[in-house]
Amino acid sequence: MKNETNLFKKLLRLIGDNPVPIMFVLICLVCIPVSGFSPSYLLNEIITRVGRNSFLILCLLIPIMAGMGLNFGMTLGAMAGEIALIFVADWQIYGIPGVVLAMILSIPFSVLLGTLCGKILNRAKGKEMITSYMISFFVNGLYQLVVLYMMGAIIPIKHSSVKLPRGYGIRNTVSLKNMRQCLDNLLSVNLFGAKIPVLTFILVAILCLFIVWFRKTKLGQDMRAVGQDMQVAKDAGINVERTRVISIVMSTVLAGFGMIIYLQNMGNLSTYSSHSQIGMFCIAALLVGGASVDRASIGNVFLGVFLFHMMFIVAPSTGAKITGDSMIGEYFRVFVSYAVITVALIMYETKKRKKKSSAGKELAAQQAAEEAEHE
Amino acid sequence: MNAKTSEEKKVGARIRGMIESFGLPRLIIAGFLLLLFIAAPFVGANFFTQLTNTLNRFGWNAILVLAMVPMIHSGCGLNFGLPLGIISGLLGATLSIELGFTGALSFFMAILLSTPFALVLGCGYGWLLNRIKGGEMMIATYVGFSSVSFMCMMWLLLPYHSPNMVWGLSGKGLRTTISLEGYYDQVLSGFLQIKIGDFSIPTGSLLFFALLAFAMWAFLHTKTGTAMTAAGSNPVFAKAAGVNVDKMRLLSVVMSTWLAAVGILVYEQGFGFVQLYMAPFYMALPAVSAILIGGASVNKATITNVIIGTFLYQGIVTMTPTVMNSMIHTDMSEVIRIIVSNGMILYALTRKTEGSKS
Repeated sequence: MKNETNLFKKLLRLIGDNPVPIMFVLICLVCIPVSGFSPSYLLNEIITRVGRNSFLILCLLIPIMAGMGLNFGMTLGAMAGEIALIFVADWQIYGIPGVVLAMILSIPFSVLLGTLCGKILNRAKGKEMITSYMISFFVNGLYQLVVLYMMGAIIPIKHSSVKLPRGYGIRNTVSLKNMRQCLDNLLSVNLFGAKIPVLTFILVAILCLFIVWFRKTKLGQDMRAVGQDMQVAKDAGINVERTRVISIVMSTVLAGFGMIIYLQNMGNLSTYSSHSQIGMFCIAALLVGGASVDRASIGNVFLGVFLFHMMFIVAPSTGAKITGDSMIGEYFRVFVSYAVITVALIMYETKKRKKKSSAGKELAAQQAAEEAEHE
Repeated sequence: MNAKTSEEKKVGARIRGMIESFGLPRLIIAGFLLLLFIAAPFVGANFFTQLTNTLNRFGWNAILVLAMVPMIHSGCGLNFGLPLGIISGLLGATLSIELGFTGALSFFMAILLSTPFALVLGCGYGWLLNRIKGGEMMIATYVGFSSVSFMCMMWLLLPYHSPNMVWGLSGKGLRTTISLEGYYDQVLSGFLQIKIGDFSIPTGSLLFFALLAFAMWAFLHTKTGTAMTAAGSNPVFAKAAGVNVDKMRLLSVVMSTWLAAVGILVYEQGFGFVQLYMAPFYMALPAVSAILIGGASVNKATITNVIIGTFLYQGIVTMTPTVMNSMIHTDMSEVIRIIVSNGMILYALTRKTEGSKS
């Protein structure tokens, strides 16, 4: 009897601690039967999506470790990856060499943009998220300036399949047909009718291992110290500003790689829109997995990417079946993505305030006790 | 000789002080706009037409920018949640049309009908912002996004029937853009319009803005208004002086939301169309950057900031396409707008002296 109530309490706590993932499990459980998709189709889709998105989401973990919140500036890395891909597509380098070259080529752009982002964020401590969000908009403007006006005019772009007919600027979509799914197809295995892109998963696994290892290094420890308390870290002799910049640069570089993996799976690059939503979807997926603004693990990433994309696959057809209008489901999934981020942000801020006020109360009690001692 | 140099130094220091208080980015933007106005006649654009356009757009947008003022005063920061108020306005607009009001009456009914929505949504939004002090701006952004995407579903599902608004084929679900012809198209801009050749002044919308701006100015000088400013500039001190800080913040959010609702209606009467679905999504950003360009900061804003900022921002938006187009034969205006407006917001967020309170 007692055991049972204990179990019940534990269950209640589990629900209380993870409201977002549980809500998503419920949404998926309702939507999957209604949508009418076959299990093998769902399996295939979810494996593809987990493969192409995990790497991008993992890059969010490092700034969270350094206490800089959700890195909306990962869009910068995505843009760097896209610029690299445009060059590689123009140079007509196909297949795996093309992907590898694009990754290498994206590093200088990522480092440059990441340093810029980190430096700006150091001037806006405590407001990192809104600032990184605005940076992504600002750099999007610079990206358009470069890609739409400078490429082909100042920066040499030869191939006419990439260039706009007017002679400069890049087309709305750049076809990556020659490297389409080349990572996914190499070493792929068919299992239960679903294609498993083993190489992509190996890359994701390597990144996971890297993150686990990185947490234990000196730099990783420094980052965690900075994330805990900047003042204490500074007193301990850690170069806070530099550590923060490094964490953003690492995140940006990884986001660039992630974007290249993502786009080789998609097979074409929407030059002016591929990156604009990617930050939002990745952050939403991470939060669905139960992460919060100041705490996220690798487990959160995989749970999140699974649940979020399951919802993404089934929502449109479920909406169409229930209301008879396919747009409802489309809007529903967009709404859910935003709502999840909103709820997670609100929960984080209220928790932070509670902590602050309880710390204040403790301090007051301590002072009162000390005064009493004096008397 | 010595006296003269010291005098010169003084003047130099004063100029430097003026530049500092005015802000370098603002100076650059104002200079850029001036350059555009000067360049306009040389590239074949009519100066007066350009000025008319700028004034028109000023009339459309000024109230949305004015909506920023109360929340900045009460310490809630920049209202990135403006879309919430815009949605109240859209609800008012569509309801007014649905109920069959036409002409100028439909405009006043739209304002009237949107008011309860603005009050209720504003109260909820204000209550939320009171619980998350310090993180207002990020959460406001996402409250705006969530509400817009939620309303996307609602526009499809709500039982609207007016044939002027729903999709022709299915007979249900609102269209993405609804023409206001026969309703309140140009109801303010056309009112008492003064025309001198190519130059015209949209007196009605300017007067309407002046009325609201004056009301806002007067309100900020009442007892409640002063209390609101106190709550923003030093919450601890205000609390000690007997001001209910949370109530002041709530009031400011409700005011801001209502002004946004009225603002979008004024925008629509000038533009001639109601835009639904994803249209309000990024509408907060132009308003935010306009007030910042006008000299406001994250915690300080005046009516003058609103007027200067809206004029500069809209000036750049209207001038760059025509002037740039005729100068280099490409339309770079959109890119310039993105860089200028978002750069301005970034500049305001990263200033160390102000805005670093939390």
